[in-house]
Amino acid sequence: MPVDERERERLRWRSRRGLLELDLVLQRFWAPPGPEIDAAQGRALAKLLAMPDNDLLDLVMDRVPNADPALEQMLVRLKAA
Amino acid sequence: MALSIRKFDVVIVGAGGSGLRAALELSSAGLKVAVLSKVFPTRSHTVAAQGGVGAALGNMGEDSWQWHMYDTIKGSDWLGDQDAIEFMCRMAPEVVIELEHFGMPFDRNDNGTIYQRPFGGHSANFGEKPVQRSCCAADRTGHAMLHALYQRNVYARTQFFVEWMALDLVRDAEGAVLGVTALEMETGQVVLFHAKATLFATGGGGRIFHSSTNAFINTGDGVGMAARAGIPLEDMEFWQFHPTGVAGAGVLITEGVRGEGGILLNKNGERFMERYAPHVKDLASRDVVSRAMATEIKEGRGAGEHADHILLKLDHLGPEVIDKRLPGIREIAIKFANVDPIKEPIPVVPTCHYQMGGIPTNYRGEVVVPEGGAVPGFYAAGECGCASIHGANRLGTNSLTDLLVMGKSAGMSVLEYLKGQGSHRPLPKDAGENALARLARLDGQQGGEDVNEVRGEIQRTMQAHCGVFRFPDMLAQGVEKIRALEGRMGRTGIKDKSKVFNTARIEALELDNIYETARATMVCAQAREESRGAHDRADFPKRDDEKWLKHSLWYKAGDRLAYKAVNLKPLTVESIEPKARVY
Ligand SMILES: Cc1cc2nc3c(=O)[nH]c(=O)nc-3n(C[C@H](O)[C@H](O)[C@H](O)COP(=O)(O)OP(=O)(O)OC[C@H]3O[C@@H](n4cnc5c(N)ncnc54)[C@H](O)[C@@H]3O)c2cc1C
Repeated sequence: MPVDERERERLRWRSRRGLLELDLVLQRFWAPPGPEIDAAQGRALAKLLAMPDNDLLDLVMDRVPNADPALEQMLVRLKAA
Repeated sequence: MALSIRKFDVVIVGAGGSGLRAALELSSAGLKVAVLSKVFPTRSHTVAAQGGVGAALGNMGEDSWQWHMYDTIKGSDWLGDQDAIEFMCRMAPEVVIELEHFGMPFDRNDNGTIYQRPFGGHSANFGEKPVQRSCCAADRTGHAMLHALYQRNVYARTQFFVEWMALDLVRDAEGAVLGVTALEMETGQVVLFHAKATLFATGGGGRIFHSSTNAFINTGDGVGMAARAGIPLEDMEFWQFHPTGVAGAGVLITEGVRGEGGILLNKNGERFMERYAPHVKDLASRDVVSRAMATEIKEGRGAGEHADHILLKLDHLGPEVIDKRLPGIREIAIKFANVDPIKEPIPVVPTCHYQMGGIPTNYRGEVVVPEGGAVPGFYAAGECGCASIHGANRLGTNSLTDLLVMGKSAGMSVLEYLKGQGSHRPLPKDAGENALARLARLDGQQGGEDVNEVRGEIQRTMQAHCGVFRFPDMLAQGVEKIRALEGRMGRTGIKDKSKVFNTARIEALELDNIYETARATMVCAQAREESRGAHDRADFPKRDDEKWLKHSLWYKAGDRLAYKAVNLKPLTVESIEPKARVY
């Protein structure tokens, strides 16, 4: 089940960050036609986007290891974006 | 659409360092304060600041606010107002210590005092020798500042409206500011925030340039709203650029790369800095390097498909040196330039970093205009305001100082003002209609102009015609191009018309602000026939104090320009008279 359309837009807006580096990574992630996100992935993305910018950037840039297995799949996608 | 109205003593737009500092002053005094932010407060762009906050604490050796003041005035190329500069430099130690008491985890010396780093342009004894003046919290100074201030605000019961976008100012017939209209992203509802005082702390508008270090939220909203409400904008031609941002992305490549032996090449593989600075070559100062890069691009020797960037080569240094001495550069290049610098050069371009101009204020943070002085009920602080502390060029680490000092100062001024105010001034009948009309136009637009395309056009125009080094023919064409975009701006359209979390609508509304900011910049830059600080003109290479020791004021109505004198008189000390700015 894909994540509901409005939740998708919410996640998209929350991809607007204070650090340019994250804006750029997330812009690629959302690039048209747009990523497929199911409900579980939506939850993982929401959790990642709720993190402080510096911590999220450290994860995305592989500067620190990810400790939460539930986030791993989404994180891999962000890194590949 | 019916407007619902909410009443507050004060509404603050912006929850970065300046907005949070101002809010704290007001909420702590028991006022009912609303703070609006497009994003969660600690995700404001202040989070990006790493270099630190400048204050003459003298923890590492002798320092004084007078020396800090001298450095700031010299940095500003004498365009800064000396009353505001004295005020900031004198207040800086106090607000930094206060922030420490709010819980900011500053780096410390062994004796427990705040550790201070060296930083370019910081000097002791009026330019004699370097001094360590920058206070940091590791490399997360901005982040730590936002967290400390946010926590305090929660404690002081500031009411946050997160993911709300302010749309337009509300003014009455006398010109007093009565609040703002704002869009709640979650519901698409528009609310009028009716306030006795309104304070803008919306940050800079660095996204007007194609290459920018600023996050995407920095669309100049405060500046745009002020311009649409008839408030002039001050010194918008002055933007600080960094010579080497990744072309197309904006991520900074530290100047340390050239220090370690990286060299700049044009499309022919020529090390062009040998022509511009035969002795120091790639190690020349920021402005010399930026100017040379811009000249190479203008003269058709830029690299890439669009001949629009320069190549920064470091493969000759070898992988060991790159990994050891320039940690992080390789990952940035791979991630954001898609090149591995061990094998290929990094495409770079002079990149916009900081907005010196903005909404005209005095050092008390009151918005002041030639027509009648202070605008009743209107205040601005931080990067969107122009006090003017930074003049033609900001000294490093002075922005964070400005956020704290001007945020607090504006807050104190609001407190003063409210003492003399009774209840809220009544709203005019048509209050909020300007914003509703803007929304209705957007929603009703059939087959409109694509927002991304128009934004791209503005950004490319600004970058090519009004970048770090400015040429007369390019500026003249630039003014024409920007003006010509007005038609397309009036026809922007969105396909998704839903009310809930509609990113397309928000981006279209932001674009209006980008356009005002860009237009003000281009028009002011073309008019200023001198080079001063960050405004560098090929046809007028020198500063001209006789004609141009004055602030520009741009009015949206009729693209009109006016000027006002620079205040060379500090509050308590002798003036620092203009002289050549050499480092
Ligand atoms: C990479 C980088 C590094 C830097 N390093 C340093 C440094 O080391 N030292 C230094 O002194 N300076 C530094 N600067 C500059 C400094 O970080 C900024 O000038 C400063 O943080 C701006 O703070 P602010 O409070 O004015 O605005 P911001 O922190 O940009 O906050 C703006 C706020 O306004 C809100 N907002 C905007 N528009 C609207 C709207 N329409 N409706 C509702 N809310 C809105 C946003 O959501 C946000 O909360 C750096 C800048 C960059 C880009």
